[in-house]
Amino acid sequence: MNRKKERLIKYLFTTLAFASLAFLIGIVLVLFKEALPIFAKVGPKAFLLGESWYPTAEPPEFGILPLILASLWVTAGALVICVPLGVGSALYLHELAGPRQRAVLKPVIEILASVPSIVYGFFGMVILAPWLQDTFELPIGLCVLTTSIILGVMATPTVASIAEDALSYVPRSFREASFAVGADRWQTLTKVIIPAAGSGISTAIILGMSRAIGETMTVLMVAGGSAVIPSSIFDPVRPMTAAIAAEMGEAPVGSEHYNALFAIALILFLITFVFNIAAELISRRFRLKLGLSR
Amino acid sequence: MNTHESAIASVPPVRQPARGRKKRGLTQKIGFAALAACMAANIFFLGAIIFFIGLKGLGAINWAFLTQAPRDAMTAGGVAPAIVGTLYLTLGAIMFALPLGVASAVYLTEYSPKGWIVNLLRVSVNNLAGVPSVVFGLFGLTVFVKYMGFGVSIISGSLTLGILALPVIISASQEALVAVPQSIREASLALGATQWETIRKVVLPAALPGILTGVILSVGRVAGETAPILFTAAAFYVKGYPDSPFSEVMALPYHIYALMTEGTHPEEQTRIAYGSSLILLALVLSVSMIAIFIRQRQRKTYHA
Repeated sequence: MNRKKERLIKYLFTTLAFASLAFLIGIVLVLFKEALPIFAKVGPKAFLLGESWYPTAEPPEFGILPLILASLWVTAGALVICVPLGVGSALYLHELAGPRQRAVLKPVIEILASVPSIVYGFFGMVILAPWLQDTFELPIGLCVLTTSIILGVMATPTVASIAEDALSYVPRSFREASFAVGADRWQTLTKVIIPAAGSGISTAIILGMSRAIGETMTVLMVAGGSAVIPSSIFDPVRPMTAAIAAEMGEAPVGSEHYNALFAIALILFLITFVFNIAAELISRRFRLKLGLSR
Repeated sequence: MNTHESAIASVPPVRQPARGRKKRGLTQKIGFAALAACMAANIFFLGAIIFFIGLKGLGAINWAFLTQAPRDAMTAGGVAPAIVGTLYLTLGAIMFALPLGVASAVYLTEYSPKGWIVNLLRVSVNNLAGVPSVVFGLFGLTVFVKYMGFGVSIISGSLTLGILALPVIISASQEALVAVPQSIREASLALGATQWETIRKVVLPAALPGILTGVILSVGRVAGETAPILFTAAAFYVKGYPDSPFSEVMALPYHIYALMTEGTHPEEQTRIAYGSSLILLALVLSVSMIAIFIRQRQRKTYHA
């Protein structure tokens, strides 16, 4: 009787544990099912490389290259900010901060990470964009530059906390060996610890990138919304996430536009999926390299 | 082993002329100053956000703002229905994600700690955590709103947000469960308890603070999310308070977005958006501070 109950409970937990996998598969299926009609209609090449996105024009045009390029531009811009700041903060926490400083600074980074994206978007829209526009006399405040800055700030805590984890896995013996041969702290940091934690730091950067490219509300509010191929960092753009969020409400269910928005989501999903798998593989190798089992 | 050798080999030789050493000292000073500046930037960003939102937000907030519904085409009154809506959505999401998340974590750590199934599930949890929030929104729209016929409603929004919270709860619970010493489990089993009894009466209680931290963190995350509820739950204006799980709701994050992008009175609406942002920020940040506080206390007791 008891053993039967035990087995039943185990089955129950097993089933529930598969929920994450089921949701992931469900997401893929939904995206494919709703996206396929537009690929069949327009053709994958014309969809991905088409240079004009006029989904409501007559006849409509479904080329998402401007949206993809917009996402890449703002993500690249975000990296310029979040990689030095994130890795630098991680190194500071690891190398220079004493226990009392860490007790304050680590929560600061975590709290920065928990600020909702809508608040970042609002801040970008009402504070940062007008300020940039006035200071640098930009034609328009809502542009690639503003978006990149906000996204960079948002991704910094992600990069910092994962990179700091990676640094903490580097064994003490590395540092001691380096000091023993006469290196100072800076040399030990740049020539021993950073290379040893290198793949862990790249994981952090990839996940930061994934966060930036998938971010929706901020880019929706700050990027400016114009679906043309950007030619400078002062151009307003419409990244993929913003297109989905802004247009889904007005696209009739089952229409070509509706399917096209799902197709954008599918591509976005695949990009972040590749990033996440890459991060996973790199961090696994990193752990093996340092002889960690986890 | 290889890494040790190459790491050591890359350090420059010991003996250096005195001038070289001086230069080294300078490089180190500049380098460390740069790192400190990076860290300071984080504090600056957090400070700037809190300062600007707080400064203008406080001016908009008073008792009426917290307790009344919007009036006069969103230019006056308060945001009480949006606060209530956010509470409902968050509560619903946690009610869905908590049992599922804890059960998944229990399976992964207690029942099946090794093998390809665990690897597969671990990879799916990590990937689910990386899915862009707007994609969750589309999934919720297709499955909950349309296919299951829940419509744009609290329940559709809660389920969508729940899926988003699931990986956070699983990871935190797993970490908490792994931290429970193996000897406690063995002691319980040695006393004749079955595996389920051990989990229920020994392991889960010991892991409770850690699981709680995860839940609180996911509350903060869920309460602030906007993209997943855009098409599944949120409305700019709903008359009165929601009376069933199947009604549309106002929600704080969506309210901020709508105030800034819709309507015809940008000035008054921006003022209300400042107030709403401050409320949301205060809500989310205090929730994460509670989680951090619990975790730090927990760590102290482990050390003692």
